[in-house]
Amino acid sequence: MSVTSAASATLDDLTATARQVRQDIIRMTYHAGSGHPGGSLSVTDLVTALVFHELRIDPEHADWPERDRLVLSKGHAAPALYSALAHRGFFDPKILPTLRELGSPLQGHVDHRKLPAVEASTGCLGQGIGMAVGMALDARLARRPSRVYAIIGDGECQAGLTWEALMAGGHYALDNLVVILDRNGLETDGKTEDLMGIEPIADKFRAFRYETLEIDGHSFPAILDALHRARETKGHPTAIVARTVKGKGVSFMENKHAWHGKPPNREEAERALAELGGTL
Amino acid sequence: MAERKSESLRDAYGQTLVELGDRDPSLVVLDADLSGSTRTALFGKKYPDRFFNVGVMEPTMMTIASGLALGGRTVFASTFAVFAAGQAYNAVRQSVCYNRANVKIVATHGGLLVGGDGGTHQMLEDIALMRSLPGMTVIVPADAPTTRAAILAIASFDGPAYVRLTRENLPVVTDGQFALGQATQLREGSDLTIVAIGAMVARALGVAETLHQSGIEARVLDFASIKPADEKALLKAARETGAILTMEEHNVLTGLGTLVASAVATGQPVPMRQVGVPDLFGESGDPWKLLDNYGLSEKHALDEAWALLRQRGKVS
Repeated sequence: MSVTSAASATLDDLTATARQVRQDIIRMTYHAGSGHPGGSLSVTDLVTALVFHELRIDPEHADWPERDRLVLSKGHAAPALYSALAHRGFFDPKILPTLRELGSPLQGHVDHRKLPAVEASTGCLGQGIGMAVGMALDARLARRPSRVYAIIGDGECQAGLTWEALMAGGHYALDNLVVILDRNGLETDGKTEDLMGIEPIADKFRAFRYETLEIDGHSFPAILDALHRARETKGHPTAIVARTVKGKGVSFMENKHAWHGKPPNREEAERALAELGGTL
Repeated sequence: MAERKSESLRDAYGQTLVELGDRDPSLVVLDADLSGSTRTALFGKKYPDRFFNVGVMEPTMMTIASGLALGGRTVFASTFAVFAAGQAYNAVRQSVCYNRANVKIVATHGGLLVGGDGGTHQMLEDIALMRSLPGMTVIVPADAPTTRAAILAIASFDGPAYVRLTRENLPVVTDGQFALGQATQLREGSDLTIVAIGAMVARALGVAETLHQSGIEARVLDFASIKPADEKALLKAARETGAILTMEEHNVLTGLGTLVASAVATGQPVPMRQVGVPDLFGESGDPWKLLDNYGLSEKHALDEAWALLRQRGKVS
């Protein structure tokens, strides 16, 4: 079976699932009254492709040692991951509206201890990628086939820790490690290139010894193909620069940095959901 | 007082690590370009496949350690105290403690005894930083035998720990009978209690010996287990001896003295005095002269003990 046929068999499902995840992101951040819709919407297709296609994970055996690991280093995109994991069967989607409520396992930034389906607690940027390097080293030492995927944000690429960890992944030649950059171009206060430019970002990854691919982060065929190529790559970790749109799928949120850390009000949530084919 | 032989806490750490590595084939060790100084090189020589010297990236050493630990391993990570607790603080906070990862941070070169390297490298705030982290165990051994016992103790449970070691060799003052959450009574006495950690334990014993020659009996507690803290031993000391002197090589605002004061004030208030480093950074100099210059001399501690005894009405 070729990759393309494997992918095309599920493309419609992935598209439908991603739409559901985007609806959840709007509903969750609306109910919570806070949160990060912009970066959750931009990373949705990447998370959906990983959780529903790429990762060898099993909701019935969530702690299966040989599973693949996904570390969401941009832990503020929690709603996207929560929705995907719930629909994949790791927990009841009914608790999604409890995001950020007292006592909920759905913390504002992903919490491994409160929600074990999440592989690593992250939030303060630049740390998840190092944890992923540690997990990849662990798998290699134990001769486990586990692969480790780290999703980082582009504002996060301004953090020194990100480059320390990238350097370590390259130095140890971790070909079971894939770093995926959600390159939506915007951070809390504006454009990355206006605040502290990170370009040429793909060249930087290459210089850090990563097999580097640049793709459209909203194209499932492109995402699946890149993940497949990462799996085939030996002797180097892979970096995928996924060009995305902040707020993707909601016209009035797209490419607006103001939606980084602001929830929709009721009217905005209803409008967003109408565009996404859902209701509050 | 009989001359005590001095031994290296760092050597004890390195040797114990090798022992642990023999026992547990999944144990891994990380260092950040200081493996000769921290003695993790001993482990690295014997088990090169399980030793990762990551270079000068202390925060990322902690995040990598966490990732390794979440797979079920015991992970040791070492560097100097200023880098482990200072440079890497938020990585220790989130990647290690918030994740409750089984990472054992063994930091060498704590305190003024670093000597020549000066104030930038003399870490005097690490106990405050590490003790504030939920779930973190904190230990400051006074000698080599306690170091060995402490390393074995932290390897035996699942969760984060921070151990502060000293660059200088220190007199052997214990028989290595260390237990988590328990203060070790090194000398019995009923006139006052001296609670001390690290290099100050030997000095506390010196103060007690001098007091003894004047007919005053001081109890001496080695408080190596900073967290969990042995509050029972503190309250018992307060009740039975009526006065407490603390001695520490740490900023006096935020270390052992404040820990003891808090326990005693809420449980069994008695007069207290604190010997510690004033709210200052250190400077270059001979390690032992630095201790004296920053208020940690045996003579200064003795003066404080007499002041307490006068306050208690034990002497006029």
